[in-house]
Amino acid sequence: MNYLDNAATSWPKPDSMAEAMLRYLRDVGASPGRSAHRLSIQAERLRLEAREAVAELVGLRDPLRVVFTHNGTAAINLALFGLLEPGAHVVATGMEHNAVMRPLRALERRGVSISLAACRPDGTMEPAAVAECLRPHTRLVVMNHASNVCGTVLPVRQVGALAHARGIPLLVDAAQTAGCWPIDMHADNIDLLAFTGHKAMLGPTGAGGLVLREDFDISRLPALVHGGTGSRSEHEFQPEFLPDKYEAGTPNAVGLAGLAAGVRYVLERGVDKLRAHEQSLTQRLIDGLRSIRGVHVRGTHDAARQTAVVSFTMDGKSPAEIGLALDEQFEIMCRPGLHCAPRAHLTMGTSPAGTVRLSPGPFTTLADIEQAISAIASLAAAEAHG
Amino acid sequence: MAEYAVILVHTTSHAVYAERVLKHAGLAARLVPTPRHLSSDCGSAVRIPADQRAAAAEALSAAGVEFDRIELL
Repeated sequence: MNYLDNAATSWPKPDSMAEAMLRYLRDVGASPGRSAHRLSIQAERLRLEAREAVAELVGLRDPLRVVFTHNGTAAINLALFGLLEPGAHVVATGMEHNAVMRPLRALERRGVSISLAACRPDGTMEPAAVAECLRPHTRLVVMNHASNVCGTVLPVRQVGALAHARGIPLLVDAAQTAGCWPIDMHADNIDLLAFTGHKAMLGPTGAGGLVLREDFDISRLPALVHGGTGSRSEHEFQPEFLPDKYEAGTPNAVGLAGLAAGVRYVLERGVDKLRAHEQSLTQRLIDGLRSIRGVHVRGTHDAARQTAVVSFTMDGKSPAEIGLALDEQFEIMCRPGLHCAPRAHLTMGTSPAGTVRLSPGPFTTLADIEQAISAIASLAAAEAHG
Repeated sequence: MAEYAVILVHTTSHAVYAERVLKHAGLAARLVPTPRHLSSDCGSAVRIPADQRAAAAEALSAAGVEFDRIELL
């Protein structure tokens, strides 16, 4: 079996991640932040370990600036619906995932105006494309860090600098980069960072969050979900302090125990080392696929400028047909179609049919990559002769 | 002179974080249920030896950990 769908959800996971979840379920079990008994406190300690690991991963000192949500999408919704009021203008890019585009379109109906900075078909973008979109009433720039379709990394640091020069905050959707690409929210000029735990952070599904840089004034961002926090219980209004302001309701404690272990694994191995492994596999995959007649690889063709996500099309065969053949004949798991990112496919010229996406992970081997290349070559040869 | 003092915090997240920071600073911190007469908040507070109050406040401020106040028990 050859799992090449890490951009959707990473798998396999480190054993330590599953063991941490089992330990929580077997030995802790209680809700963090509620009650003050030893098991509740133990659960809170595990949640703090998750906050500390995430903070370290993205270059933050204060772990309580990490707030947890169900996933990256929920974190993006929290930021967008909180910061954009009717009449506001927001800039996004031509490579966004629907996690950004759908909330933006919903906000557009409430009177928010949107500009999309132009990207090239290979997914790259000049920072100037964002500068051209800024207006006097622009309240936010939101962008993905790397495309979930072709892996191309966007210039967040430069965009953040030019947004900050106008006093505009930058929200980054780091679903594809947190855990596999170096991130320092201070050096990279990121005010708000939305992450999801189940991809390169090697945690389970159902645990993501929003990281608010230390100098981001949280009074600017109202809560989206209101409810019990275990604190200030005598009040019927949501508390204004972190992290409770944004964490109403019982959290996914078992998921956070797993997330802490997943991120700790990444930190112990080192993002740079994991990245080097994935970069070398990605370049081999790109080169191997490009050598096959009838196969067209999208993106920059340069693994140094992208994450481990490779999209391709094949003459005469739809992405869905290729995906099914790879699964049934070769036990290769990929993701065909539009990848919840119709905007990115429009930019890349691959809409509406989409592409086939292969995404290696930290446990993928060179042999897995060679097997995938051979399988796709044989499908292409069959198509050419068939 | 009271033997202990408690550091009152907003929420259990702060309590656990404060305890971590104080232990790291070599202080004898321990989580306890918040005494009712000091706060109506539910949750935990951090108990320290009374004579470590100044050192605790300094360690928390240095680490940027928010706390409400420190009260003698």
